[in-house]
Amino acid sequence: MSTMFSEFTLKNLKFTREKLSKLARREANWGLVFLSPWIIGFFLWKFLPMVASLVFSLTSFNLLHREDIQWAGLENYQHFFSDPLVGVAVKVSLTFALIALPIGIIQPILMAALLNQKNLKMKRILITLFYMPKIVPLVSAVYIWQGVLNARTGWVNIALESIGIPGPDWINTVTWIYPALVMIGLWGVGDMLLYTLATIQGIPTELYEAARVDGAGSFATFRHITIPMITPIIFYNMVLSSIGILMYFLVPFVLKGPNGDPGNATWFYGMYLYKEAFAYSDMGMGATMAWMLFLFAILVTVILFSTQKYWVYYAAEEA
Amino acid sequence: MTVGTKPTSPTLSKRLRPIIAGASLTLFTLLFLMTYLSPFGYMTVTAIKDRSMIADPDAPILPSREATFTYDGQEMAIYLVPTEDGDFNEWAMLKKGREESTFIDPNNPEAGPIEWVGRWRTLDRVWSISPVWENFSEAWTGLNMTRLLRNTIVIAVAGSIGTLISCTVVAYGFSRFRIPGKNLLFMALISTIILPEFVTIVPTYVVFERIGWIGTWLPLIVPHFFANAYNVFLLRQFFMTIPRELDEAAMIDGASPIRVLFSVILPQSIPALVAVGMFHFMFAWNDFFAPLLYLSTERELQPISIGIQLYNARFFAQPHMIQASSLLGLLVPVIIFFLAQRVFMQGIVFTGVEK
Repeated sequence: MSTMFSEFTLKNLKFTREKLSKLARREANWGLVFLSPWIIGFFLWKFLPMVASLVFSLTSFNLLHREDIQWAGLENYQHFFSDPLVGVAVKVSLTFALIALPIGIIQPILMAALLNQKNLKMKRILITLFYMPKIVPLVSAVYIWQGVLNARTGWVNIALESIGIPGPDWINTVTWIYPALVMIGLWGVGDMLLYTLATIQGIPTELYEAARVDGAGSFATFRHITIPMITPIIFYNMVLSSIGILMYFLVPFVLKGPNGDPGNATWFYGMYLYKEAFAYSDMGMGATMAWMLFLFAILVTVILFSTQKYWVYYAAEEA
Repeated sequence: MTVGTKPTSPTLSKRLRPIIAGASLTLFTLLFLMTYLSPFGYMTVTAIKDRSMIADPDAPILPSREATFTYDGQEMAIYLVPTEDGDFNEWAMLKKGREESTFIDPNNPEAGPIEWVGRWRTLDRVWSISPVWENFSEAWTGLNMTRLLRNTIVIAVAGSIGTLISCTVVAYGFSRFRIPGKNLLFMALISTIILPEFVTIVPTYVVFERIGWIGTWLPLIVPHFFANAYNVFLLRQFFMTIPRELDEAAMIDGASPIRVLFSVILPQSIPALVAVGMFHFMFAWNDFFAPLLYLSTERELQPISIGIQLYNARFFAQPHMIQASSLLGLLVPVIIFFLAQRVFMQGIVFTGVEK
């Protein structure tokens, strides 16, 4: 799906109305019948809720006193911009994104580069085992890491102590909770690792041979051939991770509960949204927060897509 | 050519170099892998530890019990006792005193009590390895695992059926039929993967609440009967590799599009269909958010993810039970993954990388 992003172009947006022959009409009708589950689903689960969400955000809709729904105009949006807790949530999410995103981009590349080494033995088994943590259920993974990162009895601190470094209290201090969350996130590399590996393996060998003839070392080939050839995957990862991280809250939710502990360090935007909508049943405010997130996500996506032409290389376009 | 007799010959070192490079690279990768997967080791050994070990900072890493020796019908703790000649003895303590204590040698109790001068508080206890398998049965009953498994399997299987049916027909539509505006529709499909879930969740929840679906399995199953971008994409990619001549031949024989789907496309797509079914099964097994929203008050109907979370919220102080339940939670997905890892990982690659 990574190279799919190259098809978001104007030429695909063109809708030509041509007169269809009887046979073509029949084919198109059959096709629409087959597409109908998705078309219906798109309206039912995506389009209508999106619009409804916007409408909700203009009301004082609360599930606890549902008889009393009133138009609120932009009141929710005013509240959004004046609520200090929103400010905290935005700051927390952006800070974490700043730490976690670069790692999430680089980790699959480094691991794929390692697992692609020609001399490496037992490749298949190694890849399978490196992939495996990805399929561990979120709750299990979080509880495992909660134990591993325990200040006194966790293996991380036992290992650190054995080399003379006193380990911090990872999950209970404002400073160390983000590194802890990043470590838990390292287990999610699976899919991106496989995409990156498969793409690297698909790079035509002639390119490497030509580079070798030109006297390029292995770092130069990696930098000037491998990296450009995997830019579509890097881009895909960037888009999906950026949007994913805006909604991030389940891991800290299971790890630390819904109150943003320690300090306000895990008061993620998603955590606040979840509480507004589903703990306080304030659907108006929940929808407002959802739409603000949506607008921000669109902004991020547009910015990322507009940078695409400067650095993402789609080999197929030249063929 | 007897290269082996000349260890310094350049041909040999030339041959050896890649072997050594390969071996050290593989060794490095294995060490990295061990570190990467070490939390599973922590989980396993903690899950079979005795409760008394958990709080003791001096307890060894492996599941053990403090060793004891029964003397005169009483259980005596065994300590590591140093003697003047520099040896350490594993002796059971008969009587403790501040500055001197009485011990007995478990290997030679006939020799009678031994007086030892020193502070017993400075001594280390002796541990013997003893896994507590009962933790699992305790977690199993505590979690009500039979009920959680039943609920999770029903939700996962029903959703998988929905995903398979809907994604197959939609992918068939996208891969085989000329439809005006198909590119536009396909772009809309792909863009749904970057649509933040939160934008749709609030009204969806309200509608489910209105029609009485909160506290039932329906919100976790029904939406999957309407296809999703990832699996449609995977199946469409797969269907496009099946030569069109095959369906054209069937069409000429008078087969309807539905017949073509069943007799030409599906029989050749088994690996892709297995992958899609498995992806959804795993997704449903691991899903936490939807059950949290829709089933948090309905204990009887909760799937395993929520069951484990609620159970551990109660067992906060008991890491061994938390780890035992985490292990029970990941067992089924991990086993399925290892049994079908080839199909599974090929499916992932097929979704992400367009060939």
